[in-house]
Amino acid sequence: MEHFPILSIMLAVPAVAAILCLYTNAATARWIALIATLVDFALGCWLWASFDLGPHAAQWQFVEFQPVFGRFAYALGIDGFALMLIMLSVFLMPICILASWEAIEKRVPEYMAAFLVTEVLMIGTFAAQDLLLFYVFFEAGLIPMYLIIGIWGGANRIYASYKFFLYTLLGSVVMLIAMLYMIGVAGTSDIPKLMAYDFDPHVQTWLWLAFFASFAVKMPMWPVHTWLPDAHVQAPTAGSVILAGVLLKLGGYGFLRFSLPMFPEASAQLVWLIFGLSAVAVIYTSLVALVQSDMKKLIAYSSVAHMAIVTGGLFAFNQQGIEGGMMVMLGHGLVSGALFLCVGVIYDRLHTREIDRYGGLAINMPRYAALFMLFTMASVGLPGTSNFVGEFLGLAGMYKVSTTMTLLCTTGIILGAAYMLYLYRRVVFGDLTKDDVKAMPDLSLREILTLAPIAAVVLWMGVYPESFLKPMRADTERLVARIERASPKGDSLPTAGHPAAKPAHEAHGEAH
Amino acid sequence: MGYSAQLLMTLPEVVLGLGAILLMLVAAWGGQGSTRAVSLAAVAVLIGAGISLMGPASAGGSAFGGLYRADMFAAFAKAVIFAAAAVSILIAPKFFATTSGDDLRPEYPVLILLSAAGMGMMVSAGDLMSLYVGLELQSLSAYVLASFMRRDARSAEAGLKYFVLGALASGILLYGISLVYGFSGTTLFTDIAQAYAGPKSTGLLFGLVFVFAGLAFKISAVPFHMWTPDVYEGAPTPVTAFFASAPKMAAMAMAVRVATEAMGPAVHDWRQIVVFAALASIALGAFGAIGQKNIKRLLAYSSINNVGFALIGLAAGTQAGVASVLFYMAVYVVMTLGCFLVVLQMRDAEGNAIESLDSMAGMSRTRPGLALAMMIFMFALAGIPPLLGFFAKLEVFNAATAAGLFPLAVLGIIGSVPGAFYYLSIIKRMYFDDPAPKYEGRPGLVEGGLLLAASVAISPLGMLVLPCLSAWTALAAKSLF
Repeated sequence: MEHFPILSIMLAVPAVAAILCLYTNAATARWIALIATLVDFALGCWLWASFDLGPHAAQWQFVEFQPVFGRFAYALGIDGFALMLIMLSVFLMPICILASWEAIEKRVPEYMAAFLVTEVLMIGTFAAQDLLLFYVFFEAGLIPMYLIIGIWGGANRIYASYKFFLYTLLGSVVMLIAMLYMIGVAGTSDIPKLMAYDFDPHVQTWLWLAFFASFAVKMPMWPVHTWLPDAHVQAPTAGSVILAGVLLKLGGYGFLRFSLPMFPEASAQLVWLIFGLSAVAVIYTSLVALVQSDMKKLIAYSSVAHMAIVTGGLFAFNQQGIEGGMMVMLGHGLVSGALFLCVGVIYDRLHTREIDRYGGLAINMPRYAALFMLFTMASVGLPGTSNFVGEFLGLAGMYKVSTTMTLLCTTGIILGAAYMLYLYRRVVFGDLTKDDVKAMPDLSLREILTLAPIAAVVLWMGVYPESFLKPMRADTERLVARIERASPKGDSLPTAGHPAAKPAHEAHGEAH
Repeated sequence: MGYSAQLLMTLPEVVLGLGAILLMLVAAWGGQGSTRAVSLAAVAVLIGAGISLMGPASAGGSAFGGLYRADMFAAFAKAVIFAAAAVSILIAPKFFATTSGDDLRPEYPVLILLSAAGMGMMVSAGDLMSLYVGLELQSLSAYVLASFMRRDARSAEAGLKYFVLGALASGILLYGISLVYGFSGTTLFTDIAQAYAGPKSTGLLFGLVFVFAGLAFKISAVPFHMWTPDVYEGAPTPVTAFFASAPKMAAMAMAVRVATEAMGPAVHDWRQIVVFAALASIALGAFGAIGQKNIKRLLAYSSINNVGFALIGLAAGTQAGVASVLFYMAVYVVMTLGCFLVVLQMRDAEGNAIESLDSMAGMSRTRPGLALAMMIFMFALAGIPPLLGFFAKLEVFNAATAAGLFPLAVLGIIGSVPGAFYYLSIIKRMYFDDPAPKYEGRPGLVEGGLLLAASVAISPLGMLVLPCLSAWTALAAKSLF
């Protein structure tokens, strides 16, 4: 099939821009990066608009295939899940560039190049249809992130960059061996074919564990989450946005793309592990978040708690759970990104992330306070915001499998409200006593431009989530059909209700 | 087969041998002044030998009653060896000119040519006798090269150390060869393989162990690696670059041929040795490097580490395994030569070589291009995609998993993580730390070109050569089975 290779072009645009950036001065590099990411965003919108949602649409669209060597092929293609995550990446990227416009002063060209390379690798990871190509993109993402944290990070950046790199590398390498085994047994490295291949259930457990090691670190799940707070705190603002917004989604995407469809029996068998770790993560990291004095650390821990709801939802083996998991991923990508941007805004003014150093910002920064409020509420999961949809669906899906675990994970919403509102009160409310805080100006136009689009999408996702659920629905149905045979027996035993017969005209009215 | 046809098969070694003798005469009469001419001529001889590989030398024949093999396997190894040897000659003049002490003498390229001839014999040997002769020719030239800077105590020490330990290893290898000969009654690989296919005697098994111990020394695999850091540190940098590339490739190819052709039927016996050597090399190479302060010592540990990964491919014992070893070594040679090309530029304003790791601090700001090249090599050595080093690791682990060696593959790949730590520490110094005094070493046209070529080959653009490289190594491996 000959068609416009849009995915390759989306990879090529930032790649070329990255090389150009290296050879220019700071001001030009900023503009090149911004234009390149905006072009990619436009291409992404076009991708979404032309994504076929019809009833007979192919599962994999925009497919490109080019054999490279051996079984390694340059194979790209996306389904609904990948489409949504690519959209998230290309949407956040220009915002990240804008957020670093003034905050980054040293070595700007290299910084912009690193970000553009990250964008290439993220899109590539989501679009890869070859197992090894996926691994290449997945692992290569370590390089620019290592440099971003290490060069432009905070005081303890060296430790954080090492920890980030080695932790995630250790998690991923075993996955490579599992991949090589799978390619050998199945005789193909094509992801769609592997998703339909039934591995021996005994081997599945080992393969599942190998993949789990990688995705659990990326996700990150308790107890291998400890790299995240360090990386987040030390990374520059835009680095945190990309880490929280997109890189954490690689773990969830991996579970969705590999663990569930390729090893359904093992997933069902080990669902207790996922649920147990998720429940621990929700409660433990929420409590840890409650006592943080560093704003970024608090949001980092809250990310771990949110991601635990994602894993719980994904492994619920039903439509609500999986859709909920995806929605939390998208919502969290936006909201935590926005929260990091909010921290960045005041960090740029006062150069501290200590919560106690602030207070009373509602008085001199009203616009900031309003936007920060919106994102705080979204993070808590207030109805009408993106996270509510995802958390509700995810927990409803989980409920069908394990009521106890759902009960434990739901405490996360209450604890989430506790730490987020506590943070908001300490930073924004109270008396404006400190002189340097008094002198802080409200949001500039550039800062509003970074935060307002996210706010709009957060509300859009909360009010009309169907736009985002629709591209994924057919894929979720396929996935559920694929894993149904192994689906664990739930303990909630829901039964269909018996609606009372309604008058005919009323039922007729509802149908409209 | 006529004598001339057999000689034609050995054309690469004939060219190298005659070239070396001729250039030695030129050197003897021309003296110090002929250095430049002899160097260029030596490179031309190596290129000529490389071109001659395209003839009967790679046609798959066997010459001199089985003593010499002219197959694709040998041709591939020789192509890498000759290229690495040529690079070692090209980078020498500038190093010796700027380093106080000894000047480059015309014997240097001649010795490298002799060594290359020996290495050609090593990888083409079809008999333990020709193998030993080739090995000694290579080693004796190498001992002299290691101590080439006569007035430098470290260089002399390196040469002596290399000689004493190398002689010991040769003795061990000879003892193994004598046992194999004694219990099988032959030194020809094909006949030895028949002896191993039959009922195994203890003597044959001991012979195998000793032969592998000797080979392990030559490829500097643990536990016979001790000489490597000292020799690498002490030898002049171009010589170290040579040691880390060409002889490594030759010794590895020789080990592969002995293991598969002569001792192929005893794969279950030698696999244990190779598995142990592989894992121990990976671990020691990784952990030993962490405490190093000297870049050349660090690269020595890195070479031990990399040999461990290559051995994983050998442990598979399959055709794919052999192909992966060749693939890995070819990529490794490019990576390591690239690293040494960067090390050569590490000089202060007076031209003195600096070897401390701390002096690399902030190199990304003082010498951005050089730092970028070094970063590419470091990430590639750590095996991070999409750099070529990753694909080399992918090949060996693919071979190991296909052969069912899962514990080995898992342990090996986990072992790559501590290795990544010290590669990262170099990148950290170059990119994260505040600048140290700037290096003043400027790569000339030759060094700069070589450095650029190596960086591009290892960078993601190098993926373009992957189909070609994997097809060639597969073809080479096929000739052994």
